[in-house]
Amino acid sequence: MTETSLTMTPAASAQPNPPVNLPPSNSVLRHARYVVEENPVTGLSFALFVIIALCALIGPYIVPYDPLASNTTATLQAPSLHHWFGTDQLGRDIFSRVVVATRLDFVIAIASVAMVFVLGGLAGISAGFFLGWTDRIVGRISDTIMAFPLFVLAMGIVAALGNTVTNIVIATAIINFPLYVRVARAEANVRREAGFVQAARLSGNGDFRILLMHILPNIMPIMMVQISLTMGYAILNAAGLSFIGLGVKPPTPEWGIMVAEGATNIISGEWWVAFFPGAALMIAVFCFNLLGDGLRDLVDPQRRT
Amino acid sequence: MLATIAKRLVTVLPTLVGVVIVTFLLTRVLPGDPAVYFAGPAATPQSIAEIRKGLGLDRPLPEQFARYVNDLAHGNFGNSLSTGRPVATEITSRLPASAELTLLGLILSIVIAVPLGIFAAVKQGSWIDHLCRIVATAGVSLPVFFTGLLFVYIFYFKLGWSPAPIGRLDAFTTAPRNITGFYLIDSLLIGNFETFRSSLGQLILPATTLAVFSLAPIARMTRASMLSVLASEFVRTARASGLDSRTVIITYAFRNAMLPVVTTLGMVFSFLLGANVLVEKVFAWPGIGSYAVEALLQSDFAPVQGFVLTMAVLYVALNLLIDMLYGVIDPRVRLEA
Repeated sequence: MTETSLTMTPAASAQPNPPVNLPPSNSVLRHARYVVEENPVTGLSFALFVIIALCALIGPYIVPYDPLASNTTATLQAPSLHHWFGTDQLGRDIFSRVVVATRLDFVIAIASVAMVFVLGGLAGISAGFFLGWTDRIVGRISDTIMAFPLFVLAMGIVAALGNTVTNIVIATAIINFPLYVRVARAEANVRREAGFVQAARLSGNGDFRILLMHILPNIMPIMMVQISLTMGYAILNAAGLSFIGLGVKPPTPEWGIMVAEGATNIISGEWWVAFFPGAALMIAVFCFNLLGDGLRDLVDPQRRT
Repeated sequence: MLATIAKRLVTVLPTLVGVVIVTFLLTRVLPGDPAVYFAGPAATPQSIAEIRKGLGLDRPLPEQFARYVNDLAHGNFGNSLSTGRPVATEITSRLPASAELTLLGLILSIVIAVPLGIFAAVKQGSWIDHLCRIVATAGVSLPVFFTGLLFVYIFYFKLGWSPAPIGRLDAFTTAPRNITGFYLIDSLLIGNFETFRSSLGQLILPATTLAVFSLAPIARMTRASMLSVLASEFVRTARASGLDSRTVIITYAFRNAMLPVVTTLGMVFSFLLGANVLVEKVFAWPGIGSYAVEALLQSDFAPVQGFVLTMAVLYVALNLLIDMLYGVIDPRVRLEA
């Protein structure tokens, strides 16, 4: 996302020349500061996001134990100074596993969101711009996807494509497809006859060039909000799939599968095995949901609730 | 009214066709050999070839599709590999367990979320409004399997209030005679209160888990739509005419505010039917979700396909029901149709 595109609200971007008196970066910062001051929760969620991103980036290098190393002399130990989050039934350090798992969960979510952003975004703006058959076909595809309970469809897709992490990414992307199509279609449709589009057409630009060079950059802010709103759902969905045993294979640290592994210990009272990965998952999803709301306030003040 | 229903039923047809095509495609066109899936992991090349012939996979695709639709029309969902039993009978016998759980979860969540949303809107900015906001944000962030496990730990292990999560009934209680398939209703019908209590005890935790999950969208929507209705002119007129606030809120505002909430129920059902699978796994609930999960892990594809199709058809039917409910609540919808 470029900084200039962030300053444009949808209303302003419909006109070709938003009046910008200040240098763009300055006004973005000022606006961002205003939003954070207005709603400190957004600031908090941004701080959380930085922590999660750091865990994903450098997590494997800073954890105190090898996340895969089992230790039969220290199985199922309660949280202590040595093992902050305790150990599991194989004596692996849960803190290390939770931190290392961040990267995999993060990558699954980002990959699926990036995929649906490209596919759903392009399908949506084409549908909204060309209308006619393109619109009907894209609409029919999204309607069919929406006819399924989404998690159930994801299960079916992973079952059919094969039980791998890549297919979890694909399934998560597919079930989010209608959401992206709807937003992109509506935004592109509004701008279809906008002044700047007509100007571009008069200067001899072809349809595809207008779509990619003129309309797409203008709807980027809205799409970014959509991305952060669906990131949380993507993480939840992927963790849910791995909780029921799809995708990620056992020794790999991943939040969903770690909760599943700890599920049997819950009944005998060893709560920490499932609790910490579950809490990490919850915090990550919470953070993305808040961040999405905050980003929407920043980009699209009219939709604030 | 009948004409409206008929008209709406016709619009459902393309959706159903889409659903059937997708469930068919899930096995046939995607990469990998469906015969290998159906044969299971321990199959020899010979048995795979046999299965391919038996399933008609050596035929052209449209013919396979016609055969699939024909099978479905005769209620034949194929056979499970691991148990050898027909998928259709298994799903029909397990469906009431899932339905009972999901419906109780939904009822619980409506009973909590709607009043919460109304109070939050009426007393905007009060503690109940903040509570509503916290519930709405936290509810969508909680992984449903995690909430379920937390409940098991607190209410079973720590407090001992709820029974072990081992299914629909305690180990020493027998299932009531099958009338509706819903243990709560069946046990009441035959007057067996011990079974009723045992079944309710087993149901309460998973149903609450589902309710916590689906609370958020309902509460949020109730609050938002109540707020906009309360700000409208007819409410102001009603207030100005001297009606007491109880009448204004319940009779005037509430009914109008319910329309968007009923619409949200469609989305809530999509979440609930998915979350149901996870909750069934956590509580060892013998429903169709856990059936599908078991089959999935054994690469037994026929039950999964049957499950996806059943869920999709159920979901389409529920959406249809919601549309009709909409007509019941709002006379304007009836007039337009």
